[in-house]
Amino acid sequence: MGLGLVESGKMPKSLIKLLNVSRSYSVWVYQWGLACCAIEMGAAFGAPRYDVMRLGVIPLPASPRQADLVVISGTVTDKMAPVIRRLWEQMPDPKYVISMGSCANCGGPYWDSYSVTKGVDQIIPVDVYVPGCPPRPEALLEGIVILQDRIKNEDPSKRWVGEPIVVE
Amino acid sequence: MTSVTDRQKLQYIAAQAADARVNVELETEGMTLNLGPQHPATHGTLRIIAQLDGEQVVHAEPVAGYMHRGYEKLTEVRTYPQITTLINRIDWLGSFANEVPFILAAEQLMEVEAPERAMWIRTILFELSRISNLILFLGDMGVQLGAVTPVFFAFRDREFVLDQIEAATGGRFHPNFDRIGGLRDDLPKGWLESTKGSMDKVRDFCDQIEDLLLGSEIFQTRTRGIGIVPTDVAMQYGLSGPNARASGIDWDVRRDNCIGLAYPELDWKVWTHTDGDSFARFWVRIQEVREAAKMVDQLCDGLPAGPVMAKVPRIIKVPAGEAYVATENPLGEMGYYIVSEGDLTPFRVKIRSASFSNMSITPWLLRGVYVPDIITILGSLYFILGDIDR
Repeated sequence: MGLGLVESGKMPKSLIKLLNVSRSYSVWVYQWGLACCAIEMGAAFGAPRYDVMRLGVIPLPASPRQADLVVISGTVTDKMAPVIRRLWEQMPDPKYVISMGSCANCGGPYWDSYSVTKGVDQIIPVDVYVPGCPPRPEALLEGIVILQDRIKNEDPSKRWVGEPIVVE
Repeated sequence: MTSVTDRQKLQYIAAQAADARVNVELETEGMTLNLGPQHPATHGTLRIIAQLDGEQVVHAEPVAGYMHRGYEKLTEVRTYPQITTLINRIDWLGSFANEVPFILAAEQLMEVEAPERAMWIRTILFELSRISNLILFLGDMGVQLGAVTPVFFAFRDREFVLDQIEAATGGRFHPNFDRIGGLRDDLPKGWLESTKGSMDKVRDFCDQIEDLLLGSEIFQTRTRGIGIVPTDVAMQYGLSGPNARASGIDWDVRRDNCIGLAYPELDWKVWTHTDGDSFARFWVRIQEVREAAKMVDQLCDGLPAGPVMAKVPRIIKVPAGEAYVATENPLGEMGYYIVSEGDLTPFRVKIRSASFSNMSITPWLLRGVYVPDIITILGSLYFILGDIDR
């Protein structure tokens, strides 16, 4: 199945459905752990009690270039912001972003700090926000389930915007 | 205190001469290796720029600041009860331990004394947060060496400790349970028994880790004699906590300079190791988890009855003055220097966090080591980026 067919938007509907279901249960998620939320993300992704792999999510790609989804978990500082932008640019289409925790959503308890970026959505587009400080692992799993539902019902041609991977 | 062994002296001299020596022996082209700012071995967002000569590090420079959130400035615009919410998040693995020195310093300024029961419960939660912090280190050290299994065990058994913290305080990670003059609540019913049950699980975990890692030949080859910090160097760089004790410095704030908390009434031991290498740092921490579990058992048995909150005014204004209180946090000595001018907010707060000093030794320590050893040395030094950058 060539990507050209998907991008043109002329795919048959049944094929789109099949493609979406396959995509939603094979999400490769890149862990971008920054602060406290990184430990809860580790508990959700790497721990026996909350085992994310039963949702069809594979949490261990070696590089953002192999990932479909990135979880930005923790405080985004102004020093870190360009790095996150570059990470997002390196990911191939279609790409999704989950912002985990109050800091990544809106600045959280550091809303008046001079060095914290108030919300990662100022830098990259965010698909799902997971609230909490830090959110429990179950909350992150729910965010992933919401994202999977969205993937199942979307038009994939809108997600292949065809931006080239930026390599400097 | 122990003297420097001959092996330590040799390592010291070799490290000092590394850049000159390698260049004379072999003409190799230099290379710059950039580790981070996001790297699994750095426990957060530390960036290390290493100049390599072949496989050896000539110069390594840590770049901190990727997690700087401006704590010291933020505390100047928060009231005292609001500050505990913030400072929970300095060392996010042992959150409750961050609150205690700040509250003790504020209590010292206000001349309020928390009831005995509150002090004992504080000590229990302090040790629980130490266990939840160090357990993750014990598992993570395996990952630095390529063994993934221990970290699953660590996350599994850490949940039992977090369950206890959550049952008592309502927060898995950030309890925000400490108040000036005592604690927010008393313990729930049946908590002491279930805590003792979870301590048994912690001890089982320590035995498992000892079987899995400590006795393993690969683990010993990768850690013994690697990253040696001699006693005098450790003192010069201001190392504290398990890192200092692994270099033979017999100093523990809990025993030697304990303010308020219930440590003098307990039967426990400060473990030291004379080697100062990565193995020693791991060994000291595993003993520390065991001691903490022992202490929690004793504290649960002897918990005195009484109120958990002293009489304090509704609106907390701390009288003018200065106070410094340090406690032995999971990562080392952590202290708060509060300058108050009698307002609702402090005039200035200086935070002395352990990881910053522990991390400052990396340029000295990484000189002359091989590239794979960077990871084990950073892992065994064990810092948390929130604690470095604040």
